Amino acid sequence: MNTMMKKRFRLSEFLAEKLITATAFISFAFIVLIFIFVFRETLPIFSVPEAAITQEELGEQETYGDITLTDAEKASEKNEKSKAVNDEGASIKNLAGERWQPVSSKPKYGLSPLIIGSLKISLIAILFAGPIAIFAALFTAAFAPKWAKEILKPAIEILAGFPSVVIGFFALVVLATVVQDLLGLEYRLNAFVGGLALSLAVIPIIYTISEDAISAIPKSLTEASLALGATKWQTALKVILPAATPGIFAAILLGVGRAFGETMIVLMATGNAALLSANLFEPVRTMSATIGAEMAEVVFGETHYNVLFFIGSILFLFTFTLNAIAEIFVRQRLMKKFRGD
Amino acid sequence: MTKKKLLGGLVVGTTGFFAFIIIATVVIVMTNIVAGGWSSLTKDFLLGSPEEGMTKGGIFPAIVGTFLLVLIMSIAGVPIGTITAIYLSEYASQKSILARMIRFAVNTLAGVPAIVFGLFGLGFFIQFVGTSVDGVLYNDGELHWGQPNILWASLTMALLTLPVVIVSVEEAIKTVPRELREASLALGATKWQTIRKVVIPNSITGILTGAILAVSRGAGEVAPILFTGAAYFLPHLPTGLSDQFMELGYHIYIMATQSPDVEATRGIQYATTLVLLILTFTLNFSAIFLRYKLRKRIIT
Repeated sequence: MNTMMKKRFRLSEFLAEKLITATAFISFAFIVLIFIFVFRETLPIFSVPEAAITQEELGEQETYGDITLTDAEKASEKNEKSKAVNDEGASIKNLAGERWQPVSSKPKYGLSPLIIGSLKISLIAILFAGPIAIFAALFTAAFAPKWAKEILKPAIEILAGFPSVVIGFFALVVLATVVQDLLGLEYRLNAFVGGLALSLAVIPIIYTISEDAISAIPKSLTEASLALGATKWQTALKVILPAATPGIFAAILLGVGRAFGETMIVLMATGNAALLSANLFEPVRTMSATIGAEMAEVVFGETHYNVLFFIGSILFLFTFTLNAIAEIFVRQRLMKKFRGD
Repeated sequence: MTKKKLLGGLVVGTTGFFAFIIIATVVIVMTNIVAGGWSSLTKDFLLGSPEEGMTKGGIFPAIVGTFLLVLIMSIAGVPIGTITAIYLSEYASQKSILARMIRFAVNTLAGVPAIVFGLFGLGFFIQFVGTSVDGVLYNDGELHWGQPNILWASLTMALLTLPVVIVSVEEAIKTVPRELREASLALGATKWQTIRKVVIPNSITGILTGAILAVSRGAGEVAPILFTGAAYFLPHLPTGLSDQFMELGYHIYIMATQSPDVEATRGIQYATTLVLLILTFTLNFSAIFLRYKLRKRIIT
């Protein structure tokens, strides 16, 4: 009887452990599935040659927003068109093109305006969010009186809690008008407004990780500096900041990753015109916003559908790489630095 | 010496100013949305349906849709997240390859952009699982499950919020004192009995916190449901898992960008935003409160 009991208990132990392990494995399984299923839908671009692009004289021209093509652009498009005639099934070449016109009679899937758009927006967002968040974190750690911390910390939590669609809405309705009036801009919605709004979503990430990195610095370091007669601000700038650099760098990388992948804010605040330009005050269309805006309208299995998945794969790989690098920086460099290896 | 003092003042002033910018931004955004939405926030608005081509009426279907979305999401995601956290903190040795793989997966999941989850939901749940189910069960050439619906949207969202649950529960399990576990084991309880009777009951607050944070995140994300189930307008509430649904965040996006007369519905847009904001804030603050209670336990 006794041995029976024991055996039954062992069985339940065994089952519990196996079941728990199997359930925990679900997370990993889904990462693999995400890889497989997002990439799977991009495969047709590479394997099946696209049907030969038929030549059509300047037919439909899809433009986004109220931007019209300048003569120079039209001319360059003509050139491109004549080139495209010889381009049988060159879909990869097509992807490298300069135009994103997926729903015209002669669809063009040039990704460069979208990639440039994403980079532009992320750059603007980081240029705003980086300094604000890092200096605010330094302020919290080194100078802030208690009452200031007690306001700042909840403020960061609230900012992090804003759904991105709320930030997007605020940017669309309020921020865009304010920026346009202040700077006298031609377009209400543009890369600058989008980047500025995006920085609101990035600030909490950079702040939190920078603050973690700063508070992970051993007390002995700052105390030594103070004991040597350095002032508080000298310690902050010359001891705390350099020691926290790897962590802050990781914070910025994660911030870039967030900015690059964020969809709703840019979808609502950037104007969504796929222009290839360096002007920060013109509308842009980012990779994420393109997926968000076009996927619902697209026919499954079409080239357009596959190209949108391809854009998603790029987003996935990019943020994945950034996160991996950030992790290495936080884990290894920080440890090494303090151990003095 | 005075130059040094001046410089010091400058450093403190500058960093303080940046901190102030953050606080000011939060106050401005909050004030703007409360001021813009407060007057339209009536009982009829909360309990009514959109009328006259969405230019009047309320947002009841969107509130119900959001509620159903986070409910199904929690039913799918919270148990899996909790069990994963239990595995990571109780069963896995930190060096085992499996534990590392799972940790890596959780970190990766936390970093994947929301829109990519949407793509995955479309490619996997709808195009693969849904279409296969249609082929096996119905085989009438019509789409039943192979199209966007609330189930696929909820499962996509569950995947997105899984890391939130795992991190929160793991944190809570860590606060269960070793002595409690050892006492249980010393009394002859097995590992599984200890987990069931000692560890889980003592981590309930953490599990709840994780669930609340996940719900808050899920209610706020729009990108994953853009093409996995959210609908512009539906005359009826969803009656089954294969129905589409209206959702608060999606409603804000649609009303603010795609409706025919954007200016005329500004009041509705503001009020919807305010409702979503109140919802996520209530959730976040209750999570913060629970966490605070949890931290107090560590000290005492």
